[in-house]
Amino acid sequence: MLDAPVKIIVPVGSLGAGVREEEIAYGIAQGATAIATDAGSTDSGAAYLALGISKNNRGSVKRDLTILMKAGAEAGIPLIVGTCGQAGGDKNLDWTRELAIEVAGELGIHPRIAALYSEQDKDELKARNAAGRIRPLPPLGPLDNDTIEACDHIVAAMGAEPYIAALEKGADIVLGGRTTDTAVLASFALMKGAPAGPAWHAAKIAECGGQCTVAPTSGSGVLITIGNDGFEVEPLNEGNRCSPHSVSAHMLYENSDPFRLIEPGGVLDVTDADYQQSDERTVRVSGSRWDTMPYTMKLEGAGTAGYQTVMLIGIQDPEVLGRLDEFHDNMLAVLQERVRSTMGLKDDEFHISLRLYGWNAVSGDKPPEGTPPPREVGILFVATAESQETASQIAKACNPYFFHFPINLDEELPSYGFAFSPADIDRGPVFEFKLNHVVEVDDPCELVRTDWTDLSKVEAA
Amino acid sequence: MTTLNDVCRHVRSKNAGPYWVTFDLFFKDEDSFERYQDSKALGPDLFKRLFDADPALVKRFPVPSLRMVKISYPRASAQGGVVERDMHSGQQFVRILDTELDD
Repeated sequence: MLDAPVKIIVPVGSLGAGVREEEIAYGIAQGATAIATDAGSTDSGAAYLALGISKNNRGSVKRDLTILMKAGAEAGIPLIVGTCGQAGGDKNLDWTRELAIEVAGELGIHPRIAALYSEQDKDELKARNAAGRIRPLPPLGPLDNDTIEACDHIVAAMGAEPYIAALEKGADIVLGGRTTDTAVLASFALMKGAPAGPAWHAAKIAECGGQCTVAPTSGSGVLITIGNDGFEVEPLNEGNRCSPHSVSAHMLYENSDPFRLIEPGGVLDVTDADYQQSDERTVRVSGSRWDTMPYTMKLEGAGTAGYQTVMLIGIQDPEVLGRLDEFHDNMLAVLQERVRSTMGLKDDEFHISLRLYGWNAVSGDKPPEGTPPPREVGILFVATAESQETASQIAKACNPYFFHFPINLDEELPSYGFAFSPADIDRGPVFEFKLNHVVEVDDPCELVRTDWTDLSKVEAA
Repeated sequence: MTTLNDVCRHVRSKNAGPYWVTFDLFFKDEDSFERYQDSKALGPDLFKRLFDADPALVKRFPVPSLRMVKISYPRASAQGGVVERDMHSGQQFVRILDTELDD
């Protein structure tokens, strides 16, 4: 039970997207006692976990950290950041922690920083898998050791407990590795004794910052107020508002199930939630439920699935444009044969796709009969092979045919519009997610390592 | 013949984690929602045909308070693989707009 409602600033959908100083000031003036945000997700693909790099540029993340750390230090309230550096792997978290230390130096503040690492050792996971403690989620099947080995980095998504432990030990700033978006935002209220239903539901609604408001582009963040029998949400931009529709519709966003959200240690169930306008800008939500379940952490693993080389041509020739599907099929067959005959590769040793931008590149399906020809198309050639060198050689083998392939074989050879020279661009590895599994744990913190940077002590020494 | 595009004010698609895609169909009024929310034309076969989804795993949730239906299915290959053409699946909704609906 709470003595008083807990107010938390969720400044932005993801650290680095652009927090607004005046919004943070508004939230603090309303009595907020924590700032919480995530800094990534799997949304943008596996590269960020596989490489341990940020999606956002350094300057954007540093700018947001500077505004939030300054506001947190001045108000004396904690700053909580989850899934640091986009993927929340150890390298992503190290990068963010170094930035935070740099910002603290520039601001002349001396926070105690807790870094929560949740990257997993492969041998440890193999042992847990052998012990039957790792389960697949649809559509994947049981985990095998080869799949674990094929990952460059594997993280386990934390729940709220490691954050609560760090805050209870006096952290001014908590920087988390991979964490569920909701756990980052729910942790502070749960620590204060808020009931789980409202705390987790408020966190889900606020996970994308202003996305749950009526005019998401007019501001950046929201203020959530969590009480014993529900929660409220309002935009941090005073000119914006939340409506029951804007708030309830956010439960749909990027969720496969609109009513139930599985989290570490339980499931948020909003089937009976009630959304009411409580004042012009604020929505009040009640009826959110949390059902405790055995504690599991979701595993995410990323690794390489080949290497690619790409080429791009533009075509405006009306005769080609009038017979695009035929042109595509003929050219693809010729390019594949060219690779077989000049490189001796078998069909399972390479992959070529031709993506016709302006026609059907996004879906790859054949447009219906009678679809009018476009004014031009861009054809992206994508070769995939086991090594970058092979992918590059495939592109070079195909280059003249890709460039000159005629629509009528008995006519003189055309030349299409290459954009660059050299025409082929080694794109690097294809990164894939390889896991969709959960690991059962006895203690929510047993797979998490907490590392402290106490800048007040560093200064004193 | 009535198409999905005729009876919805907004249709969107998005990845829901690396292995799932989710479609949100917001109907334009109460009547359209009531009439078409359980249309067979929007069943698992549609997602099998267009996206090679396993029909047994396609999930469908009507949300009457928002006059919308959510349909989710597992991707034929994980996000970002060799044949990826739409990393966030944000353009995939277009392919279902012309679906002809039965009452």
